[in-house]
Amino acid sequence: MGRITLDKVRKAFGEVEVIPPLDLTIEDGEFVVFVGPSGCGKSTLLRLIAGLEDVTAGQIRIDGEDATMVPPAKRGLAMVFQSYALYPHMSVRKNIAFPMKMAGIPQDEQNRRIEAAAKALNLTDYLDRRPGQLSGGQRQRVAIGRAIVREPAAFLFDEPLSNLDAALRHGMRLEISELHKRLDTTMIYVTHDQVEAMTMADKIVVLQGGVIEQVGSPMELYRAPRNIFVAGFIGSPKMNLLTGEEAAKRGAHTVGIRPEHVSISTTDGAWKGTVGVAEHLGSDTFLHVHREGATDPMTVRVDGEFSARHGDTVWLTAQEDQIHKFDADGLRIA
Amino acid sequence: MARAVSNPRKALNTAIAWGIGLLIFFPILWTILTSFKTEAEAIANPPVFLAFDWTLENYSVVQERSNYMRFLWNSVFIAGGSTLLGVIIAVPAAWSMAFVPSKRTKDILLWMLSTKMLPAVGVLYPIYLLCIQLGVLDNRYALVVILMLINLPIIVWMLYTYFKEIPGEILEAARMDGAGLKEEILYVLTPMAVPGIASTLLLNFILAWNEAFWTLNLTAVDAAPLTAFIASYSSPEGLFFAKLSAASTMAIAPILILGWFSQKQLVRGLTFGAVK
Amino acid sequence: MATQHSRSAARFMMAPAVFLLLVWMLVPLSMTLWFSFRRFLPLRGGDQGFVWFENYSRFISSSAFWPSVQTTLIIVGGILLISVVFGILLALLLDQPMWGQGVVRILVIAPFFVMPTVSALVWKNMFMDPTNGLFAHLWRAFGADPVVWLSDAPLFSIILIVSWQWLPFATLILLTAIQSLDSEQLEAAEMDGAGHLSRFGYIILPHMSRAITIVILIQTIFLLSIFAEIFVTTGGAFGSRTLTYLIYQRVLESQNVGLGSAGGVYAIILANIVALFLMRIVGKNLDA
Repeated sequence: MGRITLDKVRKAFGEVEVIPPLDLTIEDGEFVVFVGPSGCGKSTLLRLIAGLEDVTAGQIRIDGEDATMVPPAKRGLAMVFQSYALYPHMSVRKNIAFPMKMAGIPQDEQNRRIEAAAKALNLTDYLDRRPGQLSGGQRQRVAIGRAIVREPAAFLFDEPLSNLDAALRHGMRLEISELHKRLDTTMIYVTHDQVEAMTMADKIVVLQGGVIEQVGSPMELYRAPRNIFVAGFIGSPKMNLLTGEEAAKRGAHTVGIRPEHVSISTTDGAWKGTVGVAEHLGSDTFLHVHREGATDPMTVRVDGEFSARHGDTVWLTAQEDQIHKFDADGLRIA
Repeated sequence: MARAVSNPRKALNTAIAWGIGLLIFFPILWTILTSFKTEAEAIANPPVFLAFDWTLENYSVVQERSNYMRFLWNSVFIAGGSTLLGVIIAVPAAWSMAFVPSKRTKDILLWMLSTKMLPAVGVLYPIYLLCIQLGVLDNRYALVVILMLINLPIIVWMLYTYFKEIPGEILEAARMDGAGLKEEILYVLTPMAVPGIASTLLLNFILAWNEAFWTLNLTAVDAAPLTAFIASYSSPEGLFFAKLSAASTMAIAPILILGWFSQKQLVRGLTFGAVK
Repeated sequence: MATQHSRSAARFMMAPAVFLLLVWMLVPLSMTLWFSFRRFLPLRGGDQGFVWFENYSRFISSSAFWPSVQTTLIIVGGILLISVVFGILLALLLDQPMWGQGVVRILVIAPFFVMPTVSALVWKNMFMDPTNGLFAHLWRAFGADPVVWLSDAPLFSIILIVSWQWLPFATLILLTAIQSLDSEQLEAAEMDGAGHLSRFGYIILPHMSRAITIVILIQTIFLLSIFAEIFVTTGGAFGSRTLTYLIYQRVLESQNVGLGSAGGVYAIILANIVALFLMRIVGKNLDA
């Protein structure tokens, strides 16, 4: 079980309020991602749930029980840290065994769980090595192994992939998702990378300045961002945001058009522009088109085989039904 | 990256450096050599360097006449005791300051440092008087406590700078893994800080061993360590160079060896982490 | 960044060290202050009541005071000058590529580990003794009259002995500072056309300036209270009586505790002035 409820949780460091009163419920078995720019309070929120920081006010309930004043050791949660935080003086086996040793689990049960975790995480050959002798990906797996053996009510991940290179990151993303499907345990995952959020989450919590901007499934957030911040944060490359005449025409203060919702033509269309930088990904190409009379270029996704040279004249047309409208406060107009 | 340096240049450096090094080391070398000479050879003019009859006689005379072993034991007891006691008291304090810093941590650290700067002579009489009143003048345990107090700020500081280098996330991981405060310090912090704790022990043992204000002023016979033993050679035995050398060699040899192991840590310890 | 729980644990674990040091500081300090206001001669009438600032004015106006301040300044200044100047040169030398660098380092650092009483005695007898000392032999070899070092040049002798002990300390710290200099900085300066001298003047010396300051401050604090070296060599005679030694004599030798305590208070104030500067540097380092 692992249902976590935050009830008007507030956190201040001295005079500075980093998290104004906030409500959030995380259902049992859910994979929830906290995402936002650095300094948005997502890590602090995770540390509050872990018990590594005190809440200033409010209540944290785990499976219905008040855990607000419970020390981290007693909350039954496991955490995977950004730096992995392995104990450098212990072998991999001892690292994984440590939480069980603290819990006083019998030795043979410890061994059974270590073997099982090592097998699941491909660590069997490395059990007697020290963390210093492992690669980044292996260390990450040891940290996960250490979390699994406790059979926690929920896993907490604090930007666990940010120290890995791009290729490994993708692999670990799949492994963690796979792990979640297999264990069916609540996972809370903090990241600043919206790709990680989109690909892994059941539910994304977008944070800015300690405030929850929107909670929803990845596709909900993609289809109907509640405000300009979420619209700009979710989706890659970023949504094009237009103000002024184009927005006014559609009865909004700002309109947002995703690069994949603009079609391009060499002959005619709504806007005329010249091609600037082209980013070729192979399957797709992102063109930065300078529209006539506009200061910022518009990003457009085109097929990878589409050929356009710097300086070419093109016409763009947006799919009207995919245009997001926002009012002067930045809120979505339904 | 070091660049290749021409060999003649390197040879010149080597010659100058070795020359100066040996010059600085010479008094120690000379003392050690003299300790193996007879008294006549020790004052011979011109001095003899190596071509003398090597003898161990001085060492046995020194031991017989002044019971060197008792002074040695006092030195070991006082230096070792004060260092151990200091580390036991300092580890929890340094843990607190390194991992649970508050607004006052910096002030407390600096205040501790400031107690170290109190000139000993300024409080000589009060301590002397307290020792008499408590009946612990010339008492080994009293010196253990006093030298511990003198070095406690350095011990706290050294441990603090070493602990600071241990990532806090690892201790938090231990907390998440179910470790209480005791387990956190015992199973995670201490083993990780072993090198730092060892160098702290080493440097403070050396400092306590060589301390020569309180050990000279608060001991007479029973608790006198090697510093006092040597000071007693001041006159007239000091004119017996060979025996003086033997006694000196025995007093500095153990610490010289320990000291060579600790030179790296010495810098950090004595500059309170300001130079690493 | 911590919880209420760990904060209270921290306070609890810090308590023994803080408490002990507080007692160690306050009790003797207040006793010294108390005695300094009283006429207190343990062997001649004991405690004879308050005289308030009389001890302070007597200590300053005694004929021994100003000479002892002068002696202190000469000794401390001399040792600082020698150890910093030669320390920089030695550190630069030891930083050069050479064979057996580790061994030379060990040779140079060794004197620092020598017990103060040993180094004082060895120098006093085996080197500076006017009949049998090595220096006497050396002087005679050149046909000169041996110098009676400790009575004819007591300050020089003491400076020499103590410098021998502290030069290694300065060298070691300055060497550490030089070695922490990013070699890319030097290479950049070289690319910019700086010669050896300008690299030393514009890059190395400024980089070392903090270490030099620290060496000066720490040594000053230790040197202000050198004791064993004087105790063993001259016993404060021949104008080698420093402020520390003067206070020691007042308190333990002539057993004038009131007067000595007033001197002690002066010494504490003096040391605190130096300490203030040192703490500023160390404190700045804490924030970084």
